[in-house]
Amino acid sequence: MLKMTHLSKVYRTEVVETYALRDFNIDVKEGEFVAVTGPSGSGKTTFLTIAGLLETFTGGTYHLDNLDVSNLDDNARSKIRNEKIGFIFQAFNLIPDLNVFDNVEVPLRYRGMKAPERKERIMGALERVGLASRAKHYPAELSGGQQQRVAIARALAGSPRLLLADEPTGNLDTQMARGVMELLEEIHRDGATIVMVTHDPELAARAQRNVHIIDGQVVDLAEDPRFHTAYAAAAGQVRG
Amino acid sequence: MFAYYLQLGLRSLKRNPVLTALMVMAIAFGVAASMITWSVFRVVSGNPIPWKSSQLYNVQVDDRGPQYDDPPNEPPEALNYTDAVALMQAHKAPHQTLLYDIGPSVLPQNPNDLPITAYGYATSADFFTMFDVPFQYGSPWTNADDDAHASVAVISNELNKRLFGGANSVGRDVTLAMHTYRIVGVTNHWDPKPRYYDAYDGMEFYPDPPQVFIVFNRAIDLRVGMTGRNNCGGPPMHFSSDEEWLHRECAWIPFWAALPTQADAQQYKTFLVAYAAEQQRAGRFHWAPNVRLRNVTEWMAYKKVVPSESRISLFVSIGFFIICLVNTIGLLLAKFMRRSSEIGVRRALGATRREVYAQFLMEAAAVGLAGGVLGLLLTVAGMQGVGLLFEPDVARLAHIDVSLLVTTLVVAVLTTVVAAFYPTWRAAQVQPAWQLKSN
Repeated sequence: MLKMTHLSKVYRTEVVETYALRDFNIDVKEGEFVAVTGPSGSGKTTFLTIAGLLETFTGGTYHLDNLDVSNLDDNARSKIRNEKIGFIFQAFNLIPDLNVFDNVEVPLRYRGMKAPERKERIMGALERVGLASRAKHYPAELSGGQQQRVAIARALAGSPRLLLADEPTGNLDTQMARGVMELLEEIHRDGATIVMVTHDPELAARAQRNVHIIDGQVVDLAEDPRFHTAYAAAAGQVRG
Repeated sequence: MFAYYLQLGLRSLKRNPVLTALMVMAIAFGVAASMITWSVFRVVSGNPIPWKSSQLYNVQVDDRGPQYDDPPNEPPEALNYTDAVALMQAHKAPHQTLLYDIGPSVLPQNPNDLPITAYGYATSADFFTMFDVPFQYGSPWTNADDDAHASVAVISNELNKRLFGGANSVGRDVTLAMHTYRIVGVTNHWDPKPRYYDAYDGMEFYPDPPQVFIVFNRAIDLRVGMTGRNNCGGPPMHFSSDEEWLHRECAWIPFWAALPTQADAQQYKTFLVAYAAEQQRAGRFHWAPNVRLRNVTEWMAYKKVVPSESRISLFVSIGFFIICLVNTIGLLLAKFMRRSSEIGVRRALGATRREVYAQFLMEAAAVGLAGGVLGLLLTVAGMQGVGLLFEPDVARLAHIDVSLLVTTLVVAVLTTVVAAFYPTWRAAQVQPAWQLKSN
């Protein structure tokens, strides 16, 4: 479903080159639920934005759903984002001017879908996250957990092949986080491929597979001492 | 998607009513100022006869020498009687006409009514065909009438209404300056502005259309008074009789020739030079031939028909409009960039850059449309004050019509959309990855 080989991402300024990802390799199979963990600044979010075609990469190859996306232009990348990828962000990223219904509708609008089909999909997605009755509410009228559910409904409405979640529970309290996590698990059980970036070892443990990133590279837990240090620090932060 | 973008645009405008009101007012005041001054400029600078302005030529012949030229080397702007008659008789152009201003008293049909003064021209038959004068009843008089010094007249439909209640008066008599003329035609409303054919007399923006036309030769016979400009050059002269005045070098007869092609014009100019040379040989002119042939647009430019205050006020108001647009650019930029987060989300969810452009340009168009509608109201209100800026004759010409209303709206929308290009371009450059990471 998602395969990156020897992928690198370099941020260049006039005086310095910074590798956000270096010789990065990952292969996520269709239907997998993968948690990506690692300390702050390790490259998790950069990986996710490249995976979601929100950012280009410097070297290597990236195949998404068996399509080499290395050299696609902006329009093609937008089309793939719209049709194949669903995003769930830590900050929810709902549009405050739009009510719940209209927020969920956004990706469907860009797909050129007819109004009746849009409505059917939106209401279906909202029912699935338990917010059909809040369709006319605005984000500011919802709790954090509800807002994240709306964001999930927005990601689901387009029936994406891949769901990318960036710290989906990072802004939620424990109870709300549990609810969101259960929802993601349910979506996964229904066959979706999910890649979730998280700091939270507890959440990571609920995924099928964990991928660990340190200094822009995927590392083997058992063999890399850097991970143990970083992991312990991250766990300490979560507990604190 | 058009309706979707429009809906988003309107929603966004409602979200920041103060910012929106500032932008709408900036556009409205700018466009209204421009439209008010343009409403005057378009009248005074328009081509009054675009379909044949390049075929109608004002004729000038220097009849008094370089010492009286004003401006230097320029012949008088009208002809004297001798030259005008000579050129008419030479008949070297397919059509030619001469004219002078008259203001005869008109005796009403009802003997109990007081006489009125009707302004018009003593001219020749070709005047009507050359200047495309439309007729309601009858037709122009003929060249034979010119030659016969006929007592015939053409009156305007406005005068026809006053004298005959608008009925077909062809064949009836009208008494002008105590002489009777048979009416051969009644014109439809005809009043091209600027009145290019009589710019010599400063009649470019005279408010009322000409009401009466009589045969030039007959008018001379009867010594029908001239109400236009008479320029004899040099020191003031005193004439013992009309006859003496007629044969002095006084410019008072505008002369026009219809010359359909450039070759015709060249040929006619050669004729004019030859005519002036002949006058020089005859001892009448003591200077080299100095003639001019200017078509309508060249003639209006030479006469500086467009009032300078009209041009200046248009430039000033356009400058004001540009300042308003620059302010609008700043406000739009602030408004759009505050929504970087929304742009990032939309891009992440599949919006292409083109779709971001479309959404924000549509929003700008909505601002422009609102500014245009308010601008329309301000334009209508501002038209009442045109008289404060321009001469009454010019101010009177400014009017509101459908084209002005449509232009106001189109200018408001288009200029706002153009002004929005830079803010929209900046909005479309928002990198979704950075925007979402920063959240």
